[in-house]
Amino acid sequence: MPEPVLQTPIAEEDVRNLRMGDTVYVSGTMLTARDSAHRRALELVKAGRELPVDFRGAVVFHCGPIAVEKRGRWEIVAAGPTTSTRMESLEADFLEATGARIIVGKGGMGDRTTAAMQRLGAVYCAFTGGAAVLAANAVKSVKAAEWLDLGMPEALWVLEVEKFGPLIVTIDAHGNNMFTDLMKDLEMKRKELYSRIGVAQPGR
Amino acid sequence: MIEKTIISGPVSSNAGVFSLVKLDGVVEDTAVELFRLSVTRLPEDVKEALAKAEEKETSEVARKQLEAILLNVRLAEESGRPVCQDTGMPNIYLKAGDRFPVLGALPGILRRAVRRATKAVPLRPNAVGPLTRINSGDNTGEHMPYLNWSIVGGDSLEISVLPKGGGSENMCSLKMLSPSQGMKGIKQFVVDSVFSAGGQPCPPTILGVGIGGGADIAMKIAKLAIMRPLDRRHPDNEIAKLEEELLELVNGTGVGPMGLGGRTTSLGVNVERAHCHTASLPVALAFQCWAARRATARITRDGGVRYLTHRRRA
Repeated sequence: MPEPVLQTPIAEEDVRNLRMGDTVYVSGTMLTARDSAHRRALELVKAGRELPVDFRGAVVFHCGPIAVEKRGRWEIVAAGPTTSTRMESLEADFLEATGARIIVGKGGMGDRTTAAMQRLGAVYCAFTGGAAVLAANAVKSVKAAEWLDLGMPEALWVLEVEKFGPLIVTIDAHGNNMFTDLMKDLEMKRKELYSRIGVAQPGR
Repeated sequence: MIEKTIISGPVSSNAGVFSLVKLDGVVEDTAVELFRLSVTRLPEDVKEALAKAEEKETSEVARKQLEAILLNVRLAEESGRPVCQDTGMPNIYLKAGDRFPVLGALPGILRRAVRRATKAVPLRPNAVGPLTRINSGDNTGEHMPYLNWSIVGGDSLEISVLPKGGGSENMCSLKMLSPSQGMKGIKQFVVDSVFSAGGQPCPPTILGVGIGGGADIAMKIAKLAIMRPLDRRHPDNEIAKLEEELLELVNGTGVGPMGLGGRTTSLGVNVERAHCHTASLPVALAFQCWAARRATARITRDGGVRYLTHRRRA
């Protein structure tokens, strides 16, 4: 089966069709948001104010790029993912508040996000951490740079991307989470390693 | 302030034909170049270790991660762009000869170099006030860049930069073990930390383990350990053996590249030790991501520069 390229805005049906382990690409508009942008979006929605861009059906990238401004135009130099667990406490509310459909990051996310994704129809995809030039090469233009007062990494970058990926679906919209599955497998290995070291209990 | 405690003013005005003003410039230019080299080109030992790891992986997902990493490293080199968008904090290590001129001016020179490198390379402005979270915009700020000094005999200056990303830095940890926990306690601490870090520090990582000293010294030497090339074991046999054992244990966790499972969780484990209090056994673990960026140059008092980690292209 060819690896699908999803076009933004992403429909709920498109993400419901994805399964853990699938490889996909995305084309269209991609928004970056880290801790600060998540918090600001939530504050604005809570205050009943409008967001600067439409997040419905959006692809949200946990990323703080390196961008340079040349003659009034922004260019993306490097744009790999940041550690997604920092957004774990915010993501479920963020998905609910914004209607975003695909979250891209690295390192995985937790149970609360997994449950929200199942309920709302969204997925989490992993992009190789640190592969910043690969990522930047898929960015065709910067459509807007919002919330620059948060600093370059934390700002909300609105990017036009073409065949951004490969992305591995690691949390699907059906309650599956590759990271939690893997961690369960790893618990067996932990016991093995403990016996090799000669200790019985988890350390504290 | 750390910057003011060491040495004030040039040690000697007798720098021969080479003026101190010029030497200031050479040091500044070299530091900028070190940042550029380090963030755009990984050290050879790291690249080799990544390529070997890719050959060893049997899982498709793990291999795909390493393929993307290797391709990205090549693209960064070819285009002169930073390997990773997180160009880290500007950690600087100085081995300063006691007869090298302009020692007292180094804090100012290196601060200017960080500002310049941020624009010229470019580096991502990462430095924020810890509580205000306001970004200074140029990677400098209070105690930043942080200079790790060691004063040695001689008349040259060795500068190393270690621009280390936030993802791996957030996983660093320290444990004050009880001496009776000994070697087993150290191994368990490392294994537990690697499990709980999972994919967050961007594995395959390089681990620096600092054993002994005190709480601060243990972490300091753990950081020094990640600067040591992967193909160099500790000169003491017992510690060298521990490095190999720890690597085997860590790769036995199965965490794998980017935490998606696989054979290579770390490319290497380097251990440093220091004598400690009879009541203590401090152990610090410093995580370094696969994008293990570092660069070193030596500057002589007459302005000669040699890059020790990178071959420069004309």
